[in-house]
Amino acid sequence: MLNRLRQMLIKEFLQVFRDKRALWVLVGPPMIQMLIFGYAASYEIRHVPTAVLDLDHSQESRELIAHFSATPYFDVRSQLTDREQIREMIDRGQVTVALEIHPGFAALLRKGQTAPLQVVVDGTNSNTALIALGYVNQIAQGFASDYQRDAMLRSSPFLTARLPAVELEQRPWFNPNLDSRWFFVPGVIGSLLQVMVIVLTAFAVVREREIGTLEQIMVTPIRPREFILGKTVPFFLIGLFDAGMIGLVGTLWFHVPFRGSLAVLALGMVLFLLCMLGIGLLISTVSATQQQAMVTGFFFIMPAITFSGFGFPIASMPRSVQWLTYLDPLRYLLIVLRGTYLKGIGLGVLWPQMAAMAVLGSLLLTISVLRFRKSLD
Amino acid sequence: MSWHRLAAIARKELIQIWRDSRSLGIVLVMPLAMMLLFGYGVNLDIKHIPVCVFDREGSQQSQDLLKRFQSSEYFDVVRVVDSYPALVRAIDSDRARVGLVIAHDFSERLRTGETASVQAIVDATDDNTANLAIGYTQSVVSGFSEQVQVDWLRQQGRPQPNPPIAVDARTWFNEDLESKAFIVPGVLALVMSVIGAFLTSLTIAREWERGTMEQLISTPVTPLEIMLGKLAPYFVIGMLNTALCAAVGIWWFEVPFRGSLMTLFASSALFMMAVLGLGFFISVIGKSQLAASQMALVATFLPAFLLSGFLFSIDQMPAVIRAITHVIPARYFVTILKSVFLKGSGLALLEGELLALALFAVALTLTATHSFKKKLG
Repeated sequence: MLNRLRQMLIKEFLQVFRDKRALWVLVGPPMIQMLIFGYAASYEIRHVPTAVLDLDHSQESRELIAHFSATPYFDVRSQLTDREQIREMIDRGQVTVALEIHPGFAALLRKGQTAPLQVVVDGTNSNTALIALGYVNQIAQGFASDYQRDAMLRSSPFLTARLPAVELEQRPWFNPNLDSRWFFVPGVIGSLLQVMVIVLTAFAVVREREIGTLEQIMVTPIRPREFILGKTVPFFLIGLFDAGMIGLVGTLWFHVPFRGSLAVLALGMVLFLLCMLGIGLLISTVSATQQQAMVTGFFFIMPAITFSGFGFPIASMPRSVQWLTYLDPLRYLLIVLRGTYLKGIGLGVLWPQMAAMAVLGSLLLTISVLRFRKSLD
Repeated sequence: MSWHRLAAIARKELIQIWRDSRSLGIVLVMPLAMMLLFGYGVNLDIKHIPVCVFDREGSQQSQDLLKRFQSSEYFDVVRVVDSYPALVRAIDSDRARVGLVIAHDFSERLRTGETASVQAIVDATDDNTANLAIGYTQSVVSGFSEQVQVDWLRQQGRPQPNPPIAVDARTWFNEDLESKAFIVPGVLALVMSVIGAFLTSLTIAREWERGTMEQLISTPVTPLEIMLGKLAPYFVIGMLNTALCAAVGIWWFEVPFRGSLMTLFASSALFMMAVLGLGFFISVIGKSQLAASQMALVATFLPAFLLSGFLFSIDQMPAVIRAITHVIPARYFVTILKSVFLKGSGLALLEGELLALALFAVALTLTATHSFKKKLG
């Protein structure tokens, strides 16, 4: 058996490596995707283009604006003179945030009354708007409490010294600079692994079926078990190689830290690859042509990535969809990837994910092997 | 060019799509599936963030602060622990996203007029959620701090001060900052990319691979007729799908539609021509179905997803990537879609984008025709 398996493996590897274009498929798209994702995928909000309409021209209003431009979040690009300009700039998408300070702003402040700060936000991108609004509130609050303290200090210094306050000491763990790249890079490793292995496995089997060489193999002494192993082992290895390659790019190029143990990550990847090989084989059993395999693969991969927590929090999905995500192997791998990369946690915490992938993997492989044998008969 | 022959080719292509269950699946099911997938699966805002509390003091005042967290719709206090390692465990295992630590001298410091701090440990693996969580935590804590100060001043027999600034925020175009209003219009661009490039590149590469293209060429049909005849059905299907998706977006997801239908259809037609041209070009230069479909995905779907402003704002990308987005047709189309749906901008504001789309449509169609003739010649 081992000898036949070896021959089968040699044939598979030769097939992969002789096809220059297929080789490119193994290395090119993953690298391009990794680079584009690394640079383009980001929820970070910095330098939001901002316009200011200051109708008060007081020291206070200028100080408030300075509070905004001092942060990296807002980029005060234009000083407006007229309210109509706000509408125009936001309509054209030239600015996302506009601040409007009414005449009499400083006078109200000095009298100890509440002065309004009008903010217009372009809500087209709801996420940017939400985060920008949060920053606006924080900055305005910071200005307000500074101002109040100064005013009290002038009128009753003794009392002010005893004014209690509560402040928030924020500790973002695992990703102290809230860098989107640290979030996306481990995720890209998982989703690329999924795409590569499913597509390649399904294609490899279906191509033999389509060209008719599957029949030829079946008349040789090679048994179905050996055929399946011979078809899946190369892609398993190629998958691991790709994972390692993209992982290196993440660490060396994008400087994403790796804090956990490689052994834990490797175990997670092996279990995940078993699931993917199962799905790839399953797709090959329901597809007669490569086109069908590609389309079926696409139909599986799209939702599997969307529901995995790759870019969109599972906690914000509707309840019923959240239950569905438990069937998605990528969901578990992403927890393992982020856990080992960023959190540095081990099996003590990650065992439920490993167990889930092991169960899903053995189920998928069993079903697909049974179906595959049947499709040979 | 003969209309008769062109119609015959188009009819053949249509029958081919119709008879292949999976192509039909892409055409009929995929647009709806993608709409539902992104409409329900993508929500970047977060509510009910699980919070773990470690209250080292257990005083009236610390309880008052925690009550504020409990009553906020953004937080759910899921667990109260009595040791620091237990808090770390809760965060490591994803059971809590935010860990609040209240120091043992919290109320003591408030009584003596010092600043008491509350530590918020935030799981920043997902930087966007962490950012929102920090913003919400900040606003709960500053609300509490204000209350403490007001109470204290009242005890001292001082008048209650007015808050110096009131932020009056207006969100335009997407008043409730709903993720789906931001996501759903862009899904149209994704659907059209898949129909246009992915499906065409597959079906046309298949003709090359099977040799049926040679048969077609040996008939009196001219190359231009072949190309137009093959693309016409996809154009019609793509436009019908756009209408279907727009209808689902407007009536099912209740995304506002404020612009003109004319602008929507003119821009869709231009974009469709651009992606069809690209898909055809890819099928000519890519020899196998595997290579063609991979290239189509990398060349259309990925940019439409990542570089178009569909999800990630272009403002925030590094300069090099921002420059690249200018040669991505989907970028202009997504801008138009979001404007037409949410902003209701007319033709005048979108001239530049429409012109760019028209240029792409012409250039890509010409390139496709040229490369096709060359390959035949």
